[in-house]
Amino acid sequence: MELTTPTLVTAAYLVTALLFILAFAGLSKHETAKHGNYFGIAGMTVAIVSTIGLAIDRDGIEVIGYILAAMAVGALIGIWRARSVEMTGMPELIALLHSFVGAAAVLVAYNSFFEAEEDPAVKALYEALGTTGIHNGEVFLGVFIGAVTLTGSIVAFLKLSARMNSAPLVLPARHWLNLAAVVVSLGLMVWFVIDPHLLPLAIMTVIALAFGWHLVASIGGGDMPVVISMLNSYSGWAAAATGFLLNNNLLIVAGALVGSSGAYLSYIMCIGMNRSFISVIAGGFGVETGTVASDVDYGEHREVNAEGAAELLTDAHEVIITPGYGMAVAQAQYPVAELTRSLRERGVNVRFGIHPVAGRLPGHMNVLLAEAKVPYDIVLEMDEINDDFPQTDVVLVIGANDTVNPAAIDEPNSPIAGMPVLHVWESKNVIVFKRSMATGYAGVQNPLFFKENTQMLFGDAKDRVEDIVRAIQSSTAVGAGGDRVVRH
Amino acid sequence: MRIGVPRESKAGERRVAATPKTVEQICKLGYEVAIESGAGAGAAFADDAFAAAGAQVVGPDVWDADIIFKINAPSEEEVGRLRAGQTIVSLLAPALNPGLVEDLSARGVTALAMDAVPRISRAQSLDVLSSMANIGGYRAVIEAANEFGSFFTGQVTAAGKVPPAKVLVIGAGVAGLAAIGTANSLGAIVRAFDARPEVAEQVESMGAEFLRIDVEDTGPSATGYAKEMGEDFNRKAAELYAEQVKDVDIVITTALIPGRPAPRLITEEMVATMKRGSVVVDMAASNGGNVAGSRADERVVTDNGVIILGYTDLPGRLPTQASQLFGTNLVNLLKLTTPEKDGQFVLDLEDVVQRGMSVTQRGEVLWPPPPVQVSAAPVATAAAPIEPKVAKPKDPNRKFWLVGAGAAAFLLMAPFLPQTFLPQITVFALAIVIGYYVIGNVHHALHTPLMSETNAISGVIVVGALLQLGTGSTLITVLAVIAVLIASINVFGGFMVTSRMLNMFRKA
Repeated sequence: MELTTPTLVTAAYLVTALLFILAFAGLSKHETAKHGNYFGIAGMTVAIVSTIGLAIDRDGIEVIGYILAAMAVGALIGIWRARSVEMTGMPELIALLHSFVGAAAVLVAYNSFFEAEEDPAVKALYEALGTTGIHNGEVFLGVFIGAVTLTGSIVAFLKLSARMNSAPLVLPARHWLNLAAVVVSLGLMVWFVIDPHLLPLAIMTVIALAFGWHLVASIGGGDMPVVISMLNSYSGWAAAATGFLLNNNLLIVAGALVGSSGAYLSYIMCIGMNRSFISVIAGGFGVETGTVASDVDYGEHREVNAEGAAELLTDAHEVIITPGYGMAVAQAQYPVAELTRSLRERGVNVRFGIHPVAGRLPGHMNVLLAEAKVPYDIVLEMDEINDDFPQTDVVLVIGANDTVNPAAIDEPNSPIAGMPVLHVWESKNVIVFKRSMATGYAGVQNPLFFKENTQMLFGDAKDRVEDIVRAIQSSTAVGAGGDRVVRH
Repeated sequence: MRIGVPRESKAGERRVAATPKTVEQICKLGYEVAIESGAGAGAAFADDAFAAAGAQVVGPDVWDADIIFKINAPSEEEVGRLRAGQTIVSLLAPALNPGLVEDLSARGVTALAMDAVPRISRAQSLDVLSSMANIGGYRAVIEAANEFGSFFTGQVTAAGKVPPAKVLVIGAGVAGLAAIGTANSLGAIVRAFDARPEVAEQVESMGAEFLRIDVEDTGPSATGYAKEMGEDFNRKAAELYAEQVKDVDIVITTALIPGRPAPRLITEEMVATMKRGSVVVDMAASNGGNVAGSRADERVVTDNGVIILGYTDLPGRLPTQASQLFGTNLVNLLKLTTPEKDGQFVLDLEDVVQRGMSVTQRGEVLWPPPPVQVSAAPVATAAAPIEPKVAKPKDPNRKFWLVGAGAAAFLLMAPFLPQTFLPQITVFALAIVIGYYVIGNVHHALHTPLMSETNAISGVIVVGALLQLGTGSTLITVLAVIAVLIASINVFGGFMVTSRMLNMFRKA
């Protein structure tokens, strides 16, 4: 067989696909994660370089100007965002990147349609193959998935960055609206496949954009881990649809990998909340269940101050910290890391227990703690640490609420019943950092706050943790003379 | 309003109803505090410390305050100092002292009994019986250790082996659990018994062995099953005590129900079988005692050399800590009755806690209060007939049917698909399966880097856009340039931010 540029590129794409698989495989462990990323970069380099070669070979050297200019600008923006993003802002960045994939998929699909319309040679090729209908269907699907991903991700971005109210948008008959959007789009697809025309494509694009917007707007802020994973999955399917459209196996493989990755993450998140995927997508907690537990009298809560908390912590042997989204909001990860360090120096075994849906992104808490230089081997998953609570002296609940709610286990008619939670109340002492006695995302009162071994520490989580660190350090620094300043 | 804390007049009482710490908290609620000079002396709180905390140190005119906080019930002389409209809060034992209730009512005062707090979870923060029982349980072990002629903990020394002491605690309420914990931490072998088998877990968590009696072998009788069961239970329990007391060195009994005579658990015969030098602490001596031969506030030595301690002032023997806890219980009461934090004492008789404690209000006798629903459990069951959500058991064959149906549908469809489509579907399906298994192995902590990595990899869509640049049509070229640009943001940004995150993860 003759070694032509297209066959070389096909071979390069296979290499790339394998490298991408190695990239994901590398991420399975901390030790190999960096290598995984290098595999990913290597794969992408092979793919882009070989494609540029193919483009020059086919279209002439002049395309290189466009390529370099567009890629340079994209690279600059991408690198600038990647370097400047705060770790608390990761969910926003990831949502935004999803929207770019969606947008690119829409553009590429439109282009493919124009190409077939404008270039009689291309059109004749499809007709000769007998795949004009298939191609049109692929264009249509590519645009649809891409457009839903685009606006859905933009809404997720706006909600996460608080530029839009994170409460679920409840339109009358919203389920019917969604259904209507899908049915009308299907009808337009039939029209478009039979008579490829810009009009049905454009109408569908508008509908898909509105559909994506509405889909995510009607989901509340606390369900964001599922939404982000879902959009991650969509962005993969959008890339795969583009692959079918362009007869490009690399795009199909990469898209399928990303798509199944996002689907898997959504699945984990849904298990973590004990909810079905459909119920998350169809709307937030408050809508289906209303208020349930507010009429139960749980009694009085007890308060503790920072000094009291510091005393408890320094006397403890085993401490577990369970952070939630509130820690990210208050930017408390640095003082928390400082607290962890000073306690570990005193021989207290401090560990972290992370609920799968803590934060606004799968694994969000782990990244925040890593940023603050908390060693990853003391940051454990819920299932790894749940049996250790009875032997624990003090648990610090920082900015978490529903994920530590005993009602999930004790109250069968609670809206969060059956959701796996961290069993913090089994420990000897629980200190809950909270701004007020308000309920969590699910709108469910938390009986944990009224348990006998629970004490509330009110105020901004960051300030309170800093107070505790100061109290601990001043108790050690008496001999050394003078206060140490808490590092930010 | 002004709160007065007088010196306790009862002989031997060293506790005081306020400490500098609680004075501070009371002042924060908007009250003035007057403390009688020397009131805290027995509990090691100096007048200066009270003054520094914001209290006025006064003489006997402390009784002029609007509210009086005391530990013990007021003596006859003290009741004589009360005037109409005043409020007094202390231990009152209204059920045992009808005369005192009459006197208080005759003086037109409002009286709250700290020992009549309903036993509901919300009221635990003001329940002095619990806080004092905790101290009493601790002190009971300390008193026993003081009398006991040997170590609590076992040791192996050059001079020989010391066996650990064996302690039996009867009754696993607050006092019993405190006693178990204390004896256990001193190194003794602790056994405990309680008529309620459900407390076994708490007992074991404190480090004691829970003794069980087997009452299930009695067949149900036609009549009076419960009563016979009770008799049978008591007989078995007595057998257990008789057997245990021979073996143990220390016995601590805590079976005390306020206002009722204490049940007799350890008989004279049992005491007679105990080892010489054994110690019995009867924490129920004030109400007649659980142990034959115990006398309230006395140390009795039996003929066979068993020491029986009947001290009723065990909490008062730790005056500093007891005052602090009692004082905190009082502060928690004030929090309840001062909703505006403005120093105005408002008694809300609609609240079961405040109603339960109220003995008199402005001379009107409110004792006894209506019964309180003590346990929270009936409330929960009354709320709604809860139907436990049971997941429908999935048909194990369902999976095979689904796979089979999917495969059949695909095979039927395949002949109608164009030739080029099949290989693509093949690649697509296999990639999804690979993706599922590879992603399933990703460490939970790396899910965020995984997402940014997928961001970068889905940027591979740039490949499609690159090949659309050279078609010659301006519209297509412009769209393609935009697509290349935004996809490049993903590629570069995604890999960059992933690498930044992965660099942050470090091991301890």
